[in-house]
Amino acid sequence: MVTAPSQEALAKLTPVLTKRWLSPDAWRLDVYERLDGYRALRKALSVHPDDLIQLVKDSGLRGRGGAGFPTGMKWGFIPQNDGKPHYLVVNADEGEPGTCKDLPLMMADPHSLIEGVIIASYAIRCNRAFIYIRGEAVHAARRLRNAVAEAYRAGYLGRNILGSGFDLDIVVHSGAGAYICGEETALLDSLEGFRGQPRLRPPFPATHGLYSCPTVVNNVETIATVPYIVLGGAQWFRSMGTEKSPGPKIYSISGRVNNPGQYECSLGITLRQLIELAGGMQPGHELKFWTPGGSSTPMLTAEHMDAPLDFEGMAGVGTMLGTTAVQVFSQQDDVVYATYRWIKFYHHESCGKCTPCREGNYWMEQILHRILAGKGTHEDLDTLLDACDNLLGRSFCALGDGATSPVTSSIKYFKQDYLDYIEGRKAPTMSPAELVGAH
Amino acid sequence: MPFSEQARERAREIIARYPEGRQRSALLPLLHLVQSEQGYVSPEGIEFCAEQLGLTKAEVGAVATFYTMYKRKPTGDWLVSVCTNTMCGVLGGERTYQALSEYLGVGHDETTADGKITLEHAECLAACDYAPVLTVNYEFFDKMQAEDALTLVKQLQAGERPHPTRGARLCTLKEMSLQLAGFADERDGAVGEGPAGEATLAGARLAERYGISVAGFDPDTPISRKETPPQPESPGNVAPPTTPKPAVDAKPARDTHPGGVA
Repeated sequence: MVTAPSQEALAKLTPVLTKRWLSPDAWRLDVYERLDGYRALRKALSVHPDDLIQLVKDSGLRGRGGAGFPTGMKWGFIPQNDGKPHYLVVNADEGEPGTCKDLPLMMADPHSLIEGVIIASYAIRCNRAFIYIRGEAVHAARRLRNAVAEAYRAGYLGRNILGSGFDLDIVVHSGAGAYICGEETALLDSLEGFRGQPRLRPPFPATHGLYSCPTVVNNVETIATVPYIVLGGAQWFRSMGTEKSPGPKIYSISGRVNNPGQYECSLGITLRQLIELAGGMQPGHELKFWTPGGSSTPMLTAEHMDAPLDFEGMAGVGTMLGTTAVQVFSQQDDVVYATYRWIKFYHHESCGKCTPCREGNYWMEQILHRILAGKGTHEDLDTLLDACDNLLGRSFCALGDGATSPVTSSIKYFKQDYLDYIEGRKAPTMSPAELVGAH
Repeated sequence: MPFSEQARERAREIIARYPEGRQRSALLPLLHLVQSEQGYVSPEGIEFCAEQLGLTKAEVGAVATFYTMYKRKPTGDWLVSVCTNTMCGVLGGERTYQALSEYLGVGHDETTADGKITLEHAECLAACDYAPVLTVNYEFFDKMQAEDALTLVKQLQAGERPHPTRGARLCTLKEMSLQLAGFADERDGAVGEGPAGEATLAGARLAERYGISVAGFDPDTPISRKETPPQPESPGNVAPPTTPKPAVDAKPARDTHPGGVA
């Protein structure tokens, strides 16, 4: 039964980025323009680029791709008058399991991203921007390429944009199927035509990014938020969210709820409220475990339903906000299997550059499979945790760190579920013949 | 098979998108272009890319083999990719994959004997609110339980082109590869096809239904200027932030999410 949300939950809704999605033709330039489109660009071009960087700093906008780094500060790191070309690279390689907010945004409202790209490029003095979109996202890429072409024809892109003297070219670059390319330095290597493997940092992309030039890498939602800050101002932006995590955020809720989907809410909403907005749990399902922001964020339980879903609130309960990809699982779902399947994913997507990640995920997958096949031992749990110790902080990039999240958190909260397999109280659910997904 | 003059012209167009001296950036789109000609990355395709960019075949091969979407053997007209990552898998994707595999008599990355359909597992396709999903030539078919997927595949076998749930009408994998290489979809009206799904609009609709909007939005709010500080009494003036800035390290944070780091 779909239940009506409480007033308290409804009050958390903040339709800002998602509002235009309700207009079915908002992907078209003429419709976008009627709905305040490119108004922020005109306003932005009338002020000094440094004022825009300051505005974004004042807004407190933090990166929407998972790390939550302050956007204005990132822009401010770009050295000016250095004689080098600057680049803006939009990370549209959405693929963190559970995350599904950027593709619908680019599908429904591609010009909002392009407008944000132009404003951000003007602010950091960049004349060439790239949107690195996940290869498989052909539906969104089609709209995005069309929008870029429309923007060129209308004089929003190209030479002397709207008579401002500012030039910008945008290239939409499709990836080719590699989760690791969502990691910003792997993305840059991929964009340069190499295997998508992460780079050692420092130096950071702010000084040595694309082609070793100063580069800002921002997530789609981050950049699409910028036009609204330019229009409404920092103070208005801060009227949403919390002091340290201001603004609206698109939460993607999936799994055992009645109405899964995209819910744009004030940062700091709780899972309890989010589930209310999503029409409640499905009949016969009780919340058992959930991820706050994709599979790389340690899972939580029903005990954490009232923790604020913002950067600080999630850190406070030992996890991370991540991409606000809230995946909801119930008592009918097997947490050991879920963990196994995630680790199979990390194993497949490990780029192979560093040993802890390449080998660690390989062995963790084998061990989890053995447990599901009823052949696990008590020692296996120690081995899993030991493998995680060797991965966390010892792998080259965050993929390895992320892989430990489902393992350590599921053992922390649901050790009994593992023991039920190991001690024979639960029948094996896998045999070697049933192995799928290995590729 | 040598590449046509048209393919060479397209290759030049791709290379021209990237800055002078940075032509290697064209490698991924060039590999998509090769697939648009041959349906997979053939040895001649590797050679073609190497020639265009002044790379060795080994350098091109090293890149081509890294990415899942570059196929190393001929594919069918229809590439059916079933998401079996955790959310889709739990909600039915595993059964969907198994049913298709059994019905088609092929496993992962294998093509049916008639050369029509290639089946594969896919990792998270960023559509968890429509789980379980599959794609045909990368166009989405949502909420595909085993029986729905079987119906779909039978339609493909019968020569029909069922319409995806979101996105444009189906085209062949070669045609799609040309779009992946960065060329516009020239089919009349294709860009507009595919309405936003229920799940995409769920939050926005809820806000609309209850008449919720964010208060205080004035698109004419002035931007504070360093050179000419705005007058404090001017209407709609942005006050300097009174709230403390987020406490952060001086360096960019270590990314937490390879799948979507910004």
